[in-house]
Amino acid sequence: MNAAMRVSVQAPRLDGGVDEQRVVRAWDVLQGVLDPEVPALSVCDLGIVREVLADGDGIEVVLTPTYSGCPATEVIEQSVIDAVNAAGLGPARVTLQRAPAWTTDWISDDGRRKLREYGIAPPSCVSDGVKPSEGNAAVAQERQIRLVPRQAIECPRCNSKNTERLSTFGSTACKSLYRCIACREPFEYFKPL
Amino acid sequence: MTTPSIQVQQAPTVQYLLRLGDTALILGQRLGEWCGHAPVLEEDIALSNIALDLIGQSRALLSRVGQLEGLGHHEDQLAFLREERDYRNVTMAELPNGPGRPGDFAFTVLRNAMLATWFRLLWERLGDSSDSELAAIAGKAVKEARYHQQHSCDWVVRLGDGTEESARRMRAALDTLWRYSAELFESDDVDAAAAANGLGPRWDALREPWLAEMRELLAEAKLPMPADTAFRSTGKRGVHTEHMGYILADMQYLQRAYPGGVW
Repeated sequence: MNAAMRVSVQAPRLDGGVDEQRVVRAWDVLQGVLDPEVPALSVCDLGIVREVLADGDGIEVVLTPTYSGCPATEVIEQSVIDAVNAAGLGPARVTLQRAPAWTTDWISDDGRRKLREYGIAPPSCVSDGVKPSEGNAAVAQERQIRLVPRQAIECPRCNSKNTERLSTFGSTACKSLYRCIACREPFEYFKPL
Repeated sequence: MTTPSIQVQQAPTVQYLLRLGDTALILGQRLGEWCGHAPVLEEDIALSNIALDLIGQSRALLSRVGQLEGLGHHEDQLAFLREERDYRNVTMAELPNGPGRPGDFAFTVLRNAMLATWFRLLWERLGDSSDSELAAIAGKAVKEARYHQQHSCDWVVRLGDGTEESARRMRAALDTLWRYSAELFESDDVDAAAAANGLGPRWDALREPWLAEMRELLAEAKLPMPADTAFRSTGKRGVHTEHMGYILADMQYLQRAYPGGVW
């Protein structure tokens, strides 16, 4: 592990090292690994890939799980390993990193656009300009009973803000069910977490 | 052929985490019983999703128990191969889902509200645990508990301040459940040790903040705040109700009959 070359998530250094090239290629491969429950998004769009490391033993991908009980976690791990191996960059391995906890604020702008195109309203910002680590405190102040969404959720089809929530929990733990009163279409809303 | 049971360490650190992990596991199992039976589809999905979160939290906690114990027990062995007396969930979690089959929705959402509030208060404090892995688990779980609490409290208000029948059922559920809440705030050697080494809070420290939230909730739901009773349940010390054996029979059958069976 000490020999591992740490390349940051935001800005991979490109000084031409063999390991760094492998890391950059691995990131490219991961752009194509889709979330099985929201197949509009790649694991990178979702913001769950925290780090990609290369060392003599292969490629290590550090993932942060979304929900504790997300049934897709194991499938995602296996898909990541298969994709990196299939690209000839392996052997790949996955490590899970719980802290800091994943937040929907890590979904990329590109991911938000893809969600909208797919018919899912993207999550509103949890932290509203606060760092993710501090976002929790802001949400904790929220009243626990009679929850009213803090802002109107925009219909991903007709962009109307005249929408209502039908159910807190939708087809998966990460989504709520909404209805657009303007265009009458139901849609899902990715819950801010 | 059956699989032999495993035994877990009595060390306070291990026991403290088992109490949390088992409470999440057994409540998750109870909520899972609603799958396919809830009054409306949306609530069927909601209860199953909450169950899934709880079982996910339990998996993380039991895995951590296995690591701290150092005896090589993994999450599945801990979940499925212990004897009844070695489960440390609070008794409230193991109670059937209310009278009748598949249960009573009012009872189910009130218990969820009581336990989700308690869990949220715990997770908030466990975010500063001296055990970094537990702190990480808490950082994730607190967000989930918040949703569980909001969802169930919303229902408590709707039913408590609803029709004559829904209010009657809510009051009946409150009468049954309230006496089991004392166990959530009783401190003993296990949580005293956890507080001393920074693992997590003493449970009696959660009582006042929990009561304050319950008072607000019950007032909004137009339900009476119940009086304390002398009754003390003992699930967290391994002494369970007559219902526990049936849950374990359901949960453990497959691993006992087909040792090491996997999907």
